[in-house]
Amino acid sequence: MNGWRIPLLARLTSVVPPVLQPRRFAQLQAVLFIAALLPLARLFYLGSAGGLGANPVEFVSRSLGTWTLVALVVTLSITPLRLATGWAWPMRLRRMFGLFTFFYAVLHLGAYLWLDQWFDMAAIWKDVLKRPFITAGFAAMVLLVPLAVTSSNGWVRRLGGRNWQRLHRLVYAVAVLAVVHFWWQKAAKNDVGEPLVYAVVVGLLLGLRLLRWAQQRYGSIDSRANSSSIVSRRRIS
Amino acid sequence: MLIRQRRDIAPSEITPQGVWHGRRTLLRAAVAAGLVGTAGRTVARNPSAPGLAGKPSPLSTMERATAYDLVTSYCNFYEFGTEKDDPSRHAPKLLRTRPWQVAVDGEVRRPRSFDIDELLKLAPLEERIYRLRCVEAWSAVVPWVGYPLAELIRRVEPTGNAKYVELTTLADAKQMPGLRSGVLDWPYVEGLRLDEAMHPLTLLTFGLYGEVLPNQNGAPLRIVVPWKYGFKSAKSLVRIRLVERQPVNSWQKSAPREYGFFSNVNPNVDHPRWSQATERRLGEDGLLSRRRPTQMFNGYGEQVASLYSGMDLKQFF
Repeated sequence: MNGWRIPLLARLTSVVPPVLQPRRFAQLQAVLFIAALLPLARLFYLGSAGGLGANPVEFVSRSLGTWTLVALVVTLSITPLRLATGWAWPMRLRRMFGLFTFFYAVLHLGAYLWLDQWFDMAAIWKDVLKRPFITAGFAAMVLLVPLAVTSSNGWVRRLGGRNWQRLHRLVYAVAVLAVVHFWWQKAAKNDVGEPLVYAVVVGLLLGLRLLRWAQQRYGSIDSRANSSSIVSRRRIS
Repeated sequence: MLIRQRRDIAPSEITPQGVWHGRRTLLRAAVAAGLVGTAGRTVARNPSAPGLAGKPSPLSTMERATAYDLVTSYCNFYEFGTEKDDPSRHAPKLLRTRPWQVAVDGEVRRPRSFDIDELLKLAPLEERIYRLRCVEAWSAVVPWVGYPLAELIRRVEPTGNAKYVELTTLADAKQMPGLRSGVLDWPYVEGLRLDEAMHPLTLLTFGLYGEVLPNQNGAPLRIVVPWKYGFKSAKSLVRIRLVERQPVNSWQKSAPREYGFFSNVNPNVDHPRWSQATERRLGEDGLLSRRRPTQMFNGYGEQVASLYSGMDLKQFF
């Protein structure tokens, strides 16, 4: 891999090899799998200990929404991480985080449909049509479904790598819609500090991809650089 | 002004005071014994807070009051931060409630400044147990202590030009860290029409749960208007001004499409971002309870509907 100028990254890439031994990888995956379940475990713990506060339904649905967004950001960080470090192994974790995004999104939607609305379909339908922030969240959820369904190796083969990849670019739209959903919800009280953080992070992650796409398409002074390198060294340092 | 009582409660249905207190004792004992879940509904109050008793009022609701610790920890008071627990974390340490002066001026014959300790003695204190409905679709029941705002307004003698009352909250960046954020245009301003301000339900409030207002609930004095969304009930008041023109309240200024001047609780007029048809009662509506229907004027229609006769409440929301 290219010799990175960023000292910390250089040290990190020299310590962690680009390919992990199978046992090491399995251990790492298990730890991350359990870590990804902790937010849900916390809600169960708080629920049993009476720690969900004055407005438990609000607490649960907001917490699930936040963790959906976190899982989504982690998923979107995998490719930039691989490109920045040269590590191959993060790519093998991407599906897991993608599916965790879907998992928390389903729980978030479930909390709204069940705990909040009690499957009052008339009220829900009115919400989806009339309230822009719910429309955005609902659209993000709908777009996530085909991605979750086609996440298996079988579907990659059936669709062919190229088509599969094209389909899964929908996740960019999901990310934008998810941030918009959060932003519009908080904007009711002008309280956009937290959504702003997610907007910046998602903007950065999508911006890196756009930059890379532009470089690949129109070439750059640095066209000799490894095509897998997301941004040329010159740009980062 | 005529105070109309709700007719649906017969005197025979009202729990005698002895039984009422007995029930509280029993509940406390049950809580102590661990029989009743104390999940966020501790009865205990702040032992160090000075007491502030008020005479029980016939205008109180018979509904169960929301637990003290919920009322004092789940607050919207953006001067101390936008999270619900920000006010209870910051206001007790930061807000100084003595000395405290309130300017009462504008279209009045006797404008003057009142000291908080003088205001406390201006009229007999009452305990008023009111429903509180937040615009965010949650609700609570709070035993406030105070007296009608009308008592104060009468004493400064409004002139014929006085049509509205403008209420201003303290805005001191040294005491209020939330002022650094641009969430609202500080100071926080609210307004009432003069007849709304003079209505016997409109309470100038100094305490809750038989004690002096905790800082996070708007100490040392606030307004409580039980038939309007909670944000109309401005906290930590430093100025009460009688004016001729309708004041622009802070939320209306920040988002005129979403927040009106009147802001009467109305299940038929939705907030653009959510329905107002139903609500959740703090501490009672747990994870597995359905939302409860919201009442017109928060259930105070018999007393206040006449203030708005002939008005299109969809237009004047």
